[in-house]
Amino acid sequence: MATFTLPKNSTVGAGKTHKAPAGAKQVKNFKIYRWDPDSGENPRQDTYEIDLEQCGPMVLDALIKIKNEVDSTLTFRRSCREGICGSCSMNIDGLNTLACLKPIEEVKGDVRINPLPHMPVVKDLVPDLSQIYAQLRSVEPWLKSDTPPPPDAERLQSKEERAKLDGLWECILCFCCSTSCPSYWWNGDRYLGPAVLLQAYRWIADSRDEATGERLDNLEDPFRLYRCHTIMNCTRTCPKGLNPAQAIGEIKKLMVERQG
Amino acid sequence: MARIKDAREAAMIGRRSDGTLTRRPLSPHLQVYDMMQMTSLLSILHRISGVVWCGGLLLFSWWLIAAGTGQGAFGMAQWFFGSFLGWVALFGLTVAAWYHTCAGIRHLFWDAGRGFAMEDAYRSGRLVVIGTAVLTVLTWLLILV
Repeated sequence: MATFTLPKNSTVGAGKTHKAPAGAKQVKNFKIYRWDPDSGENPRQDTYEIDLEQCGPMVLDALIKIKNEVDSTLTFRRSCREGICGSCSMNIDGLNTLACLKPIEEVKGDVRINPLPHMPVVKDLVPDLSQIYAQLRSVEPWLKSDTPPPPDAERLQSKEERAKLDGLWECILCFCCSTSCPSYWWNGDRYLGPAVLLQAYRWIADSRDEATGERLDNLEDPFRLYRCHTIMNCTRTCPKGLNPAQAIGEIKKLMVERQG
Repeated sequence: MARIKDAREAAMIGRRSDGTLTRRPLSPHLQVYDMMQMTSLLSILHRISGVVWCGGLLLFSWWLIAAGTGQGAFGMAQWFFGSFLGWVALFGLTVAAWYHTCAGIRHLFWDAGRGFAMEDAYRSGRLVVIGTAVLTVLTWLLILV
């Protein structure tokens, strides 16, 4: 169900301000969502004044600097710092993206950082992704084939067949798209969301996979697939430049085509 | 225990460091997301204009029924549509109807698998807004001239 306001325990209050050190030349404010399960308090928004002359170019550089030098309690996920692991996905300046790929200078004014939207918060910028992982499992994202592979060889594809997977295999499962989707906010208990549907299409489009019918049967549902209303926030926000909206459109087309 | 109606409820239960249970907050959504970007803005306008147009159909039926009922009722309907509020309502309905029609055609292209590239979606979005303005003005020119 769509609830447009936040529950009472989730409204964000005013937080602390961590001043920039004396002599800082190029100060930028980072306004960051904080919630500590041990505090018993509502979430709050802390302000960190950071001297950009003493900081790397990306938002993730600033977060790491804060954690190392200003406030070690700040909690966030990160690993590769080059846009391939998908760990540091968060809402920066109103759009979901990877902190490691987002240059600070692209943000005008204060840098507002929040966890991925409409998710349960584990701590600070760390959302609980268990629901979305369960949904990913439900589309069985692996090759399913009754035909045994040729002995001592791979299952071959033509160049054209392989090309159909471009724009799909690059997905790093950061879930920026799913958590940008209002349909997923309101109906995420049953709607699979753009990231998972793009994964479903990645296997439907694979020439080596023989479970296409079964996969489409699983998606033929008013909620799982058809809560997509082509809002296109997903494609707009994808930090890898992929197009989940188009993948969902292709699934919808296949649904019609197979009815003959 | 209340029955859980939403599977996501399970993930709202968290633990403190000492192992006791606590309730996790829901991260902000409409409160922080940029809803003024063209993608979601035109989408919600499509829904709103559809609802408005349904209200317009009610007004239109009232006008028809009044015409079939008799002079008194029809006179009242005519008076309403001639009043300032009636003009505003009719103008708003024209905008909503044209917007919903143009955006609906955009959706038909998407349903056919076309226009998903981000630059195409922005181009078609602008086209819908311009089309709505032009068609609304043309409609009223036809009515008034």
